[in-house]
Amino acid sequence: MKFTEEHEWLRVEDDLVVVGITEHAAAQLGDVVFIELPDEGITVTKDEEICVIESVKAASDILAPLDGEIVEVNSLLVDEPSKVNEDAIGDAWFFKMKIEDLSVLDDFMSEAEYKALIG
Amino acid sequence: MVPGFSGFDARRADCALGKDKMTDLQRTPLYDFHVAHGGKMVPFAGYDMPVQYPAGVMKEHLQTRTSAGLFDVSHMGQVELKSSQGLEGAMLALETLVPVSVAGLKADRQRYGIFTNDTGGILDDLMIANTGDHLFLVVNAACKAQDIAHMQANLPDHVTVTEITDRALLALQGPKAEDALARLVPHVTSMRFMDSHRVDVNGVEWWISRSGYTGEDGFEISIPADIATDVAAQLEAMDEVELIGLGARDSLRLEAGLCLYGHDIDTTTSPVQGNIAWAIQGIRKTGGARAGGFPGADRILSEFDNGADKLRVGLLPQGRAPMREGTPLFATVDSTDQIGAITSGGFGPSVERPIAMGYVPTKFSQDGTEIFAELRGKRLPVTVAPMPFRPSTYKR
Repeated sequence: MKFTEEHEWLRVEDDLVVVGITEHAAAQLGDVVFIELPDEGITVTKDEEICVIESVKAASDILAPLDGEIVEVNSLLVDEPSKVNEDAIGDAWFFKMKIEDLSVLDDFMSEAEYKALIG
Repeated sequence: MVPGFSGFDARRADCALGKDKMTDLQRTPLYDFHVAHGGKMVPFAGYDMPVQYPAGVMKEHLQTRTSAGLFDVSHMGQVELKSSQGLEGAMLALETLVPVSVAGLKADRQRYGIFTNDTGGILDDLMIANTGDHLFLVVNAACKAQDIAHMQANLPDHVTVTEITDRALLALQGPKAEDALARLVPHVTSMRFMDSHRVDVNGVEWWISRSGYTGEDGFEISIPADIATDVAAQLEAMDEVELIGLGARDSLRLEAGLCLYGHDIDTTTSPVQGNIAWAIQGIRKTGGARAGGFPGADRILSEFDNGADKLRVGLLPQGRAPMREGTPLFATVDSTDQIGAITSGGFGPSVERPIAMGYVPTKFSQDGTEIFAELRGKRLPVTVAPMPFRPSTYKR
């Protein structure tokens, strides 16, 4: 699993990149009450704001971590936003992306590097 | 993720003279207690205050609604008004700054009030208690310096304004608040909503009112600062009671339809526009025995007779997206002229849906009127709705 400085995790499954937010991010946000996901099939650019995540405290965005196509979104989260607090790195994935070259994932942080970042 | 992470919006406290600074934050007598209990401390109205504890805003909110929550509100201003002309003198003097009936307040009772300005706007909202000897006020933290200066400058010389700085203020709120507090102070079971009593507890005077700002039955408890941590610890140790931070305090008061000063009401909104006209008794209105005689009376009394151009209303977003302060409102899905804005909004944990309040032109203020809010470039339907969003449970 790889990590971004925006507190997202990236995991490769069946040649797709699965994206979610970290447990640290979920804890900082507090109780998540609303999630808006991107449309399946759209093409996104790195750092584009593609999801809205609202907690009882504040609204945040999730940025596209890479250029690519959104091939699947986790509609479970729309009905049960609190999954993000319960299982951030498991059931509460946000979307799956198809990207051109999976080797770009090597540029992201390892778990140890991410843990060092969040202290 | 873009760090919208600062969590609680610390701006939400501001009065003109009470801006939050990251430096020189004051601490309440319970600061160490909050830290010891895992409170996440944030700047609020010049104080370092717990926005939440480890349970988090949602659980703290529901805890207060279903059992009892203990809040530190020691940052709020506690002020005594005494007059050389006696209680009556203090009451009539305060009526020159607030449009509510102070002289009509019976001993051991309190009521909600507001300070108005010369243009009929609101300088702060407050609680006014008649102790039988003098008046005891509780004002917002962010406004307290301004309120005290305002009273010192504008009340007659026979009135002495004293800020009480050696007492803490706790709020114990929720359906089990009475059971919990009665273990320490059995007398509280005899109190009803808006009673304000001074009770001797082991030789120490506790100033207790049956009130709060959550929509729940409960109490506000003023006690000497040096026993505050001990009292808080005794209450917190009870099975019914958990500590509650400012985050849940905000969602609780929003569900209760109560105004947050500086957001839902301010120096530009009148009491009629702000939908708190109920706070002004008939005796201060046109035709009443003590009509007018407060700042902005011309505008405020005229609005009672002729209506106001806009009103604060409850708003129910029809979808699931929370709508927060500043979200613009429109009459239709495609109209270009903004008609108003949301002044407070978020997710209501007990009503399990987004809720908001905001100002709309009076013709859009009828319950059931459908208008639109613009959120992230999309117009989403919003219904004007009665408040509170959840029925209050005061023990009247």
